[in-house]
Amino acid sequence: MPKIKMKRKASFIDMTAMTDVAFLLLTFFMLTAKFRTAEPVAVDLPSSRSELKLPESNVMIISVDREGRTFFNVDNQKVRLLTLERMSGLYDVSFTDKQKMEFATLESFGVPIKSLPQLLDMENDARNNIKQPGIPVDTVGGKSNELSDWIQQARLVDRELAQTGEIESKGIRVAVRGDGLANYPAIDKVINTLQDRKINRFNLITTLKGAAGQGGAGSPDDDVDGED
Amino acid sequence: MAEMDVPDKGDGGKKRSKKMSTRVDFTPMVDLGFLLITFFMLATTLSKPQSMELNVPAKTDDDDDKPEIKESKALTLILGENDTLHYYIGVTEPEVGFIDFSVPKNAEALLYERQQAVARDWGDKDELVVLIKAMAASRYKNLVNILDEMSIVNQRRYAIVEFTEIDSFIIYDIKPE
Repeated sequence: MPKIKMKRKASFIDMTAMTDVAFLLLTFFMLTAKFRTAEPVAVDLPSSRSELKLPESNVMIISVDREGRTFFNVDNQKVRLLTLERMSGLYDVSFTDKQKMEFATLESFGVPIKSLPQLLDMENDARNNIKQPGIPVDTVGGKSNELSDWIQQARLVDRELAQTGEIESKGIRVAVRGDGLANYPAIDKVINTLQDRKINRFNLITTLKGAAGQGGAGSPDDDVDGED
Repeated sequence: MAEMDVPDKGDGGKKRSKKMSTRVDFTPMVDLGFLLITFFMLATTLSKPQSMELNVPAKTDDDDDKPEIKESKALTLILGENDTLHYYIGVTEPEVGFIDFSVPKNAEALLYERQQAVARDWGDKDELVVLIKAMAASRYKNLVNILDEMSIVNQRRYAIVEFTEIDSFIIYDIKPE
């Protein structure tokens, strides 16, 4: 009897369809991804168990670093540009078109408005390397509270642009991104500034505290206070 | 992996150009594709920052507008330097105490205990008002921790209040060391 020969099938799997799907998804995620650009300050966020997410758009973020320097950032580029123009009128500091373009792509900044043109003229590398002094938050020594004006102008601009339909916004959200090791008065100044501008509801950005490190050993904010 | 190329046999003498397989092995490409997908998925979902919402009262210059609280309903927490937490209950004859706040969970027992005491005396645990005062030497993370504790123990009424000399007088006697 002749042996029945099993027909050898090729072990080839058609990968084309899978590739299609994979790259479709890849394209989708690449286009929706928002990249975090380098921040001029390192901020070590405190941890909390709150799981509230920050809104994705129309946020202004006030960062306070470990030394208490204050930085300002608005995520919407249109709002950001118009805010700069208003501030430029308010403080009588003029900006060239090139500087304005640079400002639109800049992340948070922390210089008094008088030194802002100088900061915008710098190359990216140089800008990351210099130490920004922070935006003036108090009125000590006859200075004006520039942060307060930035916040106010950004809110006004946001509302105007939303009314004309240029941007979609239900009011800009204020978020405070403070370093866990910053001294309380630095944060207090920011909160006071917000209160003065009648912003009584805002978000504090935190990281999620892991279930394992409930404030006990191993929690990321434990390596502190060694210097005290 | 996907395909074996079997060479043609036979046809001894005739010279023929070798027929190349037109199949391309997509496996490495798919691998790379999925690797990148994984990266972008994680990068998008993980970069959204967490936050907690904080409501502060509107500023008033008028002292009459400030709500008055019965002493027995008040618990004052004072954030000090080096992760310490002083507290006192009431004002005129304050019951003062001290908690090591480097472990934020330590404050929970006190808060629960006060909530129960107030619920016993006033019928509702939400009658308790926690006043949070931060000393200049305290850190921002202490504030975040105590606000976090407020939400953990379901404390409805709390406020961040300015630290005054009266507070320093009240807690002075029980300063650690």
